[in-house]
Amino acid sequence: MKVPRPRKPRPVFVLAAILAIGIGLLVMAALRDTVVYYRTPTEVVQASSERTVRLGGQVMPGTVLRDGGVTQFRLTDGHTSLLVLARGALPDTFREGQGAVVEGALAPDGTFLAHQVAVKHSNEYRPPVAGTASEPGG
Amino acid sequence: MNTTVGSVALLVGLGASLAWTMLWVSVALWDKMIPMARRATYAALTAAVVACGTIEWALITHDFSVSYVAENGGRHVPLYFTVTSLWGALDGSILLWLLILTAAAALLVHAGGRQPGPEHRWAVAIVGGVAAFFFALAYFAANPFESSGAVPADGPGPNPLLREHPAMGIHPPLLYAGYVGLVVPFGFALAALVTGGAERDWLPAARRWALGSWILLTAGIVLGAWWSYAVLGWGGYWAWDPVENASLLPWLTATAALHVTLVRNRKSGFTGWAVALFGTTFLLVLLGTFLTRSGAVASVHSFTQSPLGPMFLGFVVLCTGVSVGLLLWRGDRLSPASTSGRWLSPQSAFLGNAVLLVAVAAVVLTGTLYPLISELLSGQRSGVGADYFDRTAVPLLLAVLALMGVAQLMPSDTRDGTRGLGSRLLVAVCGGLAVIALVGFAGRPTVLALLAFGVSAFVLTGVATVWFSAAHRRSRPGLLAHTGIAVVAIGITASSCYATVVTQDLAVGQSLHAGGVTAELVGIDRRAEADRMTATAHLELRRGGQQFGSLAPQLHYFSARDMTTAVPAIRSGPAGDVYVTVTSVDENGQRAALRLAVNPFVDLIWFGGAVVVLAGLLALLAGRDARAARGAEPSPAPVELAGKAG
Repeated sequence: MKVPRPRKPRPVFVLAAILAIGIGLLVMAALRDTVVYYRTPTEVVQASSERTVRLGGQVMPGTVLRDGGVTQFRLTDGHTSLLVLARGALPDTFREGQGAVVEGALAPDGTFLAHQVAVKHSNEYRPPVAGTASEPGG
Repeated sequence: MNTTVGSVALLVGLGASLAWTMLWVSVALWDKMIPMARRATYAALTAAVVACGTIEWALITHDFSVSYVAENGGRHVPLYFTVTSLWGALDGSILLWLLILTAAAALLVHAGGRQPGPEHRWAVAIVGGVAAFFFALAYFAANPFESSGAVPADGPGPNPLLREHPAMGIHPPLLYAGYVGLVVPFGFALAALVTGGAERDWLPAARRWALGSWILLTAGIVLGAWWSYAVLGWGGYWAWDPVENASLLPWLTATAALHVTLVRNRKSGFTGWAVALFGTTFLLVLLGTFLTRSGAVASVHSFTQSPLGPMFLGFVVLCTGVSVGLLLWRGDRLSPASTSGRWLSPQSAFLGNAVLLVAVAAVVLTGTLYPLISELLSGQRSGVGADYFDRTAVPLLLAVLALMGVAQLMPSDTRDGTRGLGSRLLVAVCGGLAVIALVGFAGRPTVLALLAFGVSAFVLTGVATVWFSAAHRRSRPGLLAHTGIAVVAIGITASSCYATVVTQDLAVGQSLHAGGVTAELVGIDRRAEADRMTATAHLELRRGGQQFGSLAPQLHYFSARDMTTAVPAIRSGPAGDVYVTVTSVDENGQRAALRLAVNPFVDLIWFGGAVVVLAGLLALLAGRDARAARGAEPSPAPVELAGKAG
């Protein structure tokens, strides 16, 4: 048995649905290309994908070498360390033994090419503690 | 001493605001104890004033026994920045939030007069509930008055970025006032759902509060962008950072709310939309505050976590639940949407724009929340880059701009807004196309940029065509706001298309070139100041061999916080801003890493923003005049009394 319905708002709903689907697709496509994951050196070495990631860790003391426009240093999470090559000027507060987050990708030869370097300060940086890392707002 | 006074003030405020909520509910239900209820609200305001006064006193007198002062005060900090450090960190900023919230509530109560209307009573009660939460938050989770244990001799001072510029005194309070003022329309919206009353009894007052808050919020956002550009020195004005998004989200939905509640539109049955949008706007304010204040969004900017998170999240969920529940339960009492049934009408254009603005907000919210959601679901920490927003929000914003250009050509005063629309549209489209042709001919910008220029020109031409028509006389504040928005759009597009940037490591005597400008590094000097070390790079600017000025960007190192800030030097001229920052200086003061940018048309953004704020103020004044003119006619007392709130 058919229930009579008012026909008028139908096109509005159709339009709204099209808009919602269109925006949903736009959002998903954009997210797929632009999301950058935070990784530790251990994770990067294990996954060894060439996607852009943000690599966080400590700058190993004694590994920083500046050569013209390129700086190289090792970033460690305590288990694994990775050689990072960064172009351009680094932040003035970039120090050995302190935390840094670099954005870039792993090159086929195993070095990490960074196009952005950010520094975390000892008095503000709290290394993620195992077990609490997946608890935002906690 | 200060710790006791402050904590007691917060407790008294908590008690007063709980009493305020319950008393106003009783006023709304049984019409009893109005004077008492009013006194409870004023008492909460007094408590907030005392709490803020105490922390300011402790900051100024360097009372390091107070935890907040020990963490954010310092003997070396100038008085002005000592005063502004009230809102320089989390705990203090919640006190400022409380002060503004209770002040707004007192204003609302005062405007209600002796016999406020039923929606007004419920609205005050709902605002009281929010105030009680914030007092509880300040006391239990973010108490700045805790005693600091061993009293230090000196403190580190506020975050260096927050003592570089006097705008610190205006920008955060403006933004907060805009944020907090939106609680009143939220209260009215929920009140309307509770009472099911006619919209004329509450919508005008709610709209005026929304308009006032929107003006402050707009000013706050523009000032924030300017600050980001002129003080923070990373070279841009908008980074789609969670903090920035948090201020943009309520602005988008508030803008949509202001459009569906235009006085002339009221007969069209958009009450449901108004209620939903006012509700959403304040929920976004809460969500934004939660995201940015609790450290929930993992980003390079903040790794610190705060105990405030769970409590705040609980409140956001509670408010959302109550709003959605009320909307589902009582929403059918609101007058149903009765569109004229035609696709092209001022009403459908307003509605369409509201839908698009909400879509932009949804897209921005998705990008902001994605890291949080993905971490909850998969345990992976992630970040969403600015690219995401450029690819999703920007095209949608262009659609908003285009629809805005069409909607403004239809006078909503008259019965048939579409008459003569064709010819006006033709003129405006020609204006847009002409600009596209001109810009495309002059250079080779991207398709998106070309489109943005064209749509902006379409809007501006449209404003020019209808500005002097009698049917649009009352729309002039809106048209002016559209002008400002179009100017901002041109500024953003042009400055991102035509900017040139060069970064280089230079020795003294060398120079770098960008956008036809040559900057020669003539010297570097270092100085020790009271609270910082300063390194200044002196540059001489030349264009075509002709010297036209000098700039001295600085690097400030704050040893108390082991933090460096780069202070840009900017020279504005007709050909754009010459913008120089120094990112590092070597130990012997002979080399410096410099960033030289030539940014044309950035000024248009600040100018356009100022025009939008001015337009908002004109709309507020125009509303007053209209009410004064109507004053002769008999009208329901509550509306007129509530009307004084604006």
